[in-house]
Amino acid sequence: MDLFEYQGKQYFARFDIPVSPGDVAYTVDEAVAAAEMAGYPVVVKAQVQVGGRGKAGGIKLADNADEVRLHAGNIIGMDIKGHLVKRVWVEHASDIKKEYYASYSLDRAAKQHLLMLSAEGGVEIETVAVENPDAIVLLHIDPVDGLSAATARDAAVRAKIDDEAVDGVADMLVKLYRCFTEGDCDLAEINPLILRPDGGVHALDAKVSLDNNAGFRHPEWEEFRATEELDEREQLARTHDLQYIGLDGTVGIIANGAGLAMSTLDVVNQVGGTAANFLDIGGGANADMMAAALGVINFDENVKSIFINIFGGITRGEEVAKGIVEAMGRVELRAPIVIRLDGTNAEEGRAILASAGIPESKLISKPTMLEAARAAVAIANGTN
Amino acid sequence: MAIFVDQNTKVIVQGLTGGQGKYHGLRNQAYGTQVVGGVTPGKGGTDVAIPEGGSIPVFNSVAEAVAATGATASFIAVPPKAASAAILEAAAAGIAFIVCITEGIPAQDEAKVYNTLVRDYPNTRLLGPNCPGIISPGKCNIGITAGEIAQLPTASGPNVGIVSRSGTLTYQALYELKQRGIGVSTCVGIGGDPVPGTNFIDCLREFQADPETHAIIMIGEIGGSAEEEAAEFIKANVTKPMSAYIAGVTAPEGKKMGHAGAITSGGKGTAKGKMDALAAAGVRVGLNPTEAGDLMAEIIKAL
Repeated sequence: MDLFEYQGKQYFARFDIPVSPGDVAYTVDEAVAAAEMAGYPVVVKAQVQVGGRGKAGGIKLADNADEVRLHAGNIIGMDIKGHLVKRVWVEHASDIKKEYYASYSLDRAAKQHLLMLSAEGGVEIETVAVENPDAIVLLHIDPVDGLSAATARDAAVRAKIDDEAVDGVADMLVKLYRCFTEGDCDLAEINPLILRPDGGVHALDAKVSLDNNAGFRHPEWEEFRATEELDEREQLARTHDLQYIGLDGTVGIIANGAGLAMSTLDVVNQVGGTAANFLDIGGGANADMMAAALGVINFDENVKSIFINIFGGITRGEEVAKGIVEAMGRVELRAPIVIRLDGTNAEEGRAILASAGIPESKLISKPTMLEAARAAVAIANGTN
Repeated sequence: MAIFVDQNTKVIVQGLTGGQGKYHGLRNQAYGTQVVGGVTPGKGGTDVAIPEGGSIPVFNSVAEAVAATGATASFIAVPPKAASAAILEAAAAGIAFIVCITEGIPAQDEAKVYNTLVRDYPNTRLLGPNCPGIISPGKCNIGITAGEIAQLPTASGPNVGIVSRSGTLTYQALYELKQRGIGVSTCVGIGGDPVPGTNFIDCLREFQADPETHAIIMIGEIGGSAEEEAAEFIKANVTKPMSAYIAGVTAPEGKKMGHAGAITSGGKGTAKGKMDALAAAGVRVGLNPTEAGDLMAEIIKAL
């Protein structure tokens, strides 16, 4: 789960990572109130989970209440690369002497934590990595040992952080590491991490991605979940505990297992179609799950055909078939189903589907993944 | 021969009295696997009845179970909260091969467990978490694979080894081979999490050394660089012919595709990059699982 900047800063604050004083605002009046609290001058920042906010006019300086009104009024409701700005973060504008970069993530190849630290912050770290790779210090941290203050300081020195900022940055690195580990982040990034003229350092931005698997030990994440930017289809899928990702195509997809679902998208694409979604109903494809899945797919107006791709391993073919028949009785579908049912007891399953009396205009059964994909795509593209 | 597990492997099930552990543990037992005990703290001294007759004893700890049964492998089917402790308990009790099917273990815990095993229990191998398990057809099945879809290997061969990151695509691969009557030496599901205990290379090394394995199918997916690393290893060390399939060609950037580890970012971890790397290592890469099966059939015919 990706956090908004303001949520990232609130999360940082829990781990004593200094951030600029500020508050989140949903309206112009709230923005002015936040500005008065933070103290002028302030920065009004659009809260969207997409890069390039500044260029799009989503970040503005304001010296007084009138300017806050003007900018907040313009920014709230703005569309930035397809993301609607619902809220702004208003914080005291900082004097910046230098901009640094710091982040923690998991290096999957090394199977250890990775600190990336650079004295060249404020720009995309990917750009620095290409143009001046020596400017980035990479430090692997064994998750069992963790990060000591001495190691953090050493990294800061190696990254050529200015002398006056080394102690402050080292302290930040230790705190950010705690946030990353105890806070169960997939990514904890500060860019820029600034040095102020008074010698202090703090986080001017926050990019935090949380590990959903750790949600069970973080009840406080509930408030983040409430603001997560899901489209309506994804919201609906979540209420049914379905692994769903909305896409732009016309073939609705249901498969059991994440790998098979991904593979289904690929095959649809291979035969000239486009997938409307990724949907993994998991191992136990019973009638309730199938009905819920079909309900979510049915909600999507772009869907012209539905490709159900089931491989019976533990899930038995006849159970899946019964599930589909029952689900079709409950949900009036906007598009026909093409099903490929294979694996354990697939023949029994196909027999159940064949004898259910569902017309071929509503349900077509194909023996292989490729044939089913072709049939589903032909319907979706209107070439059948 | 087979890799990692065979007819002599004695298995305990951590979580045998729970829903998943009981269901799959008994299925593994029915397949012929030597399931010699279960572990559930507080339920030691009880047992789990086998439907066809007999029962499996339950112990309070892995150490007790090992002492009583001589088990060398453990099948862990416990919830995410308890999984890390269960893995470390098994390792501390001297279990050499741990299969953990648990999905949803926090990445921080997984990284810690992995590095603890490497440091303190170098002789323990962890398969998973979030994996379907392992099957050496006709000999041993630990995990959730439906044994009947695995074709038995033949003494004379040729037989195929399977290694896969995805559960259902593992079944699909088994099925593709069964349809073609091709025997399987061992099928290993390494799981879809970011820090798997056993990786492609571990399995490829074993398959290369296993005289009963004559060819290898590898099934990967987007995210991370395990397939690229495997390709390097194949180039240098694997002489047995291989086919492969990589899922997620059309996956959108930055989205976790069901598996915690299946995500591309910054142009890294894409299916295309992985397919190219494998092809460059001499692996025949199919565009879908069936094609990978067809390619394997061609390979087998030419052996």
